[in-house]
Amino acid sequence: MRIGIDVGGTNTDAALIGDGGEVLATVKSPTTEDVTGGVAAALAGLGATQVSAVMIGTTHFVNALVEAARLEPVAAVRLGLPATAALPPMVDWPERLRKVVEGASYLCHGGHEYDGTPISELDPEELRRVAADIRARGLRSVAISSVFSPVSDSSERRAAEILAAELGQEAHLSLSCEIGRVGLLARENATIVNAALRPLAERAVAAFSQALKVAGIDAPLFLSQNDGTLMDLSRATRYPVATFASGPTNSMRGAAYLSGLTDCAVVDIGGTTSDVGILVGGFPREASGEAMVAEVRTNFRIPDVLSIGIGGGSLVAEDGSVGPRSVGYRLPEEALVFGGGTLTATDLAVAAGHADIGDPSLVAGLDPARPLKLIADRVADAVDRMRTSSDPLPVVLVGGGSILIRELPGFEDVRRPDHYAVANAVGAAIAQVGGEVDRVFSGPRDTVLAEAKAEAVARAERAGAREGSVRIADVEEVPLAYLPGDATRIRVKAVGDLDLEKINA
Amino acid sequence: MRKIGIDQLDDMARGAGILGTGGGGDPYVGKLLAREAIRRHGPVTLYDIAEVPADATVVPISGMGAPTVLLEKLPAGTEELAALRALEAVLGRKATHIVPIEVGGVNSMIPIAAAAQAGLPLVDGDAMGRAFPEAQMVLPTLIGVSNTPMALADDKGNTLVVDAISNHWAERLGRAACVQMGCQVSCADTVLRGDQLADGLVPATLTLAEDLGRAVRLARAAHADPVAAATSVLGGVKLFAGKVVDVERRTTGGFARGKALLAGAGSFELSFQNEHLLARRDGGIVATTPDLICVLDTDTGEPVTTEAMRYGLRVTVIGVPCDPRWTSPAGLELAGPRYFGYDCDYRPLPLA
Repeated sequence: MRIGIDVGGTNTDAALIGDGGEVLATVKSPTTEDVTGGVAAALAGLGATQVSAVMIGTTHFVNALVEAARLEPVAAVRLGLPATAALPPMVDWPERLRKVVEGASYLCHGGHEYDGTPISELDPEELRRVAADIRARGLRSVAISSVFSPVSDSSERRAAEILAAELGQEAHLSLSCEIGRVGLLARENATIVNAALRPLAERAVAAFSQALKVAGIDAPLFLSQNDGTLMDLSRATRYPVATFASGPTNSMRGAAYLSGLTDCAVVDIGGTTSDVGILVGGFPREASGEAMVAEVRTNFRIPDVLSIGIGGGSLVAEDGSVGPRSVGYRLPEEALVFGGGTLTATDLAVAAGHADIGDPSLVAGLDPARPLKLIADRVADAVDRMRTSSDPLPVVLVGGGSILIRELPGFEDVRRPDHYAVANAVGAAIAQVGGEVDRVFSGPRDTVLAEAKAEAVARAERAGAREGSVRIADVEEVPLAYLPGDATRIRVKAVGDLDLEKINA
Repeated sequence: MRKIGIDQLDDMARGAGILGTGGGGDPYVGKLLAREAIRRHGPVTLYDIAEVPADATVVPISGMGAPTVLLEKLPAGTEELAALRALEAVLGRKATHIVPIEVGGVNSMIPIAAAAQAGLPLVDGDAMGRAFPEAQMVLPTLIGVSNTPMALADDKGNTLVVDAISNHWAERLGRAACVQMGCQVSCADTVLRGDQLADGLVPATLTLAEDLGRAVRLARAAHADPVAAATSVLGGVKLFAGKVVDVERRTTGGFARGKALLAGAGSFELSFQNEHLLARRDGGIVATTPDLICVLDTDTGEPVTTEAMRYGLRVTVIGVPCDPRWTSPAGLELAGPRYFGYDCDYRPLPLA
């Protein structure tokens, strides 16, 4: 048995999954201020202790960034001089966040050209002077970035060795080559964010472990990542930024699992928004461009999600239009069916007989047909915008607000699976492990593609995937514009089943 | 005469992205460079072409290389002035004004940074009125102005001055050097005298970029149609609105060539290399280079680059007439569809 837990802003959801893959128990409890209280309550609610693994998806770290709270000041060390000096680290950050996070920035020699030749030689003495300054300022979190580290990571690795030797055990080092992809500022930003979260990550991971211990569970704990794969605790402590988009990913993966589909659209309808994503081969399609997180431009992988302002708590206006304003978590007090004074989308669903919630007699006089049709039309339009081909596309509805939808115009196959309300926790429980390659390759297409695939598979196996279970989940090739020759940027993702024996060994 | 400060850069960069017709490089890094240079050295003075003295020495400054490289290997910040000084040394005189060579994409922003650093005024115009991939594809070629001496400077401190027998040779030699220098250099070349600007430049294109970016921003804020706002500012014609249903890319002879199929009311095919170059509606050609084929996100009015073309995008394609000098026989020989390897002649845009 395994347990999946989703720690959201409002609720902590949990699901117990049997060895045959069946959902044995589910529970929803309010998220507590200290986060671990909700986890402990959810574990107690499930009542199982003989489990082989616990997987947690959490918005805890991304919330810290959004609130600019619980963050550690960072020393940003960039290797690439004389290049890059025109735009130092954090040059485009919002002032409010920069004040909290910027400890010091250093521009040093090192880094590579697009083809892997050095820009300049790394200077160990220069880095030792930087280390002395970092120590003098009392900084403990260091972000290291280097030009074209997705092509050659040797500068970052060597600089990390030197800084670690000088700064000792106290210091945390975050390396950009392990966090982002091509695009220095965006990758460096994600690395700095990661460095700022490291002390919080250590505390949170320790607290999650403690919650398990209190619940009497002695099983390995994993955190889910943005791409729907897992990381163990030592990695989670080092790469908290990799959890940022795990919420929507988990609900999509859970929807796939509960419905038995691997290629479909998923609509996760919560209290305030409907989030539409597309599953390809069981994994969410990822956004192609750069992603703004708390006004910081980053480029780590996040699922391509289209959010529209329709949820179970959405206000219904007199003209029948719905959202984007919502009563949110106050639904149990404010909706008509609960004796409140606000007409919400949930009241419409109850009046139409879609759901048996609260007191249906309180909405007896309501004619829900037209506003519900408007909701279905808007959700259908959002799904249509996200679809990737004109082929028939099944749609899976999950989340507590999915009672609003019975059918979607233009889509024949619309389903709401059992346990739809805790799809996110189920998604956490069933996560796999993955490996990814994303860099610029030069050479004959067949050779470089094979090289990239083999590297992705090896990375998945190193991350804990069972040998033989790993398959290529995604390949993308983009020839580089205005660059002569056949330089091509290749992204390959490989995923496999978690090998618990390997993890425990 | 007016000043360009930090507040104008967002609109100008957004508009320049649209004028990039799918290429020209994301203006983002260029905008940051211009912002930092203005922050350090103060606002840049912008002159209309008519305000520039006849004996002025006007130097175009630009970046050459791969936009993807610029996003990763940020400039040292010394390249623009190094290229300018190397050129001045060969010319034996000082530049009096800076001007963009290419208003489309990132090269709208690089000269603003250069002008701020050099403490020189900037001329409101450019040598293309859009984005093109090669150095000789500029209006000065049509009036016999040489690209060379062409000074190139990289982030490591290397500079090189190219002297060539033709502008095609300048492109060939400059490009080869650029690759050796790390695929991202600053160039100072194609020097114009003040009295050559009327014939050698498309006028007021920086102001056009700013007006365009502002119109899109205001339309979005007012929940109006940003694509319609852009079309109106550009005096363009809407060619098609639909959804990308297929994208095909292949590399032949060192050129990344692609096609995108759109579905809507009928079918539409875009052929692109670095820029969008050819458009067919229901099989018939409706737009070709050197006219501008601008592909915009239907909802936001943001430009869609050729690298970002992908299945499922909702886009509107607008055609914008190029500067009329490009449709002369010599102009079409430089930048018409046949130069890019398409077996068809230039066809004027349909009437709005």
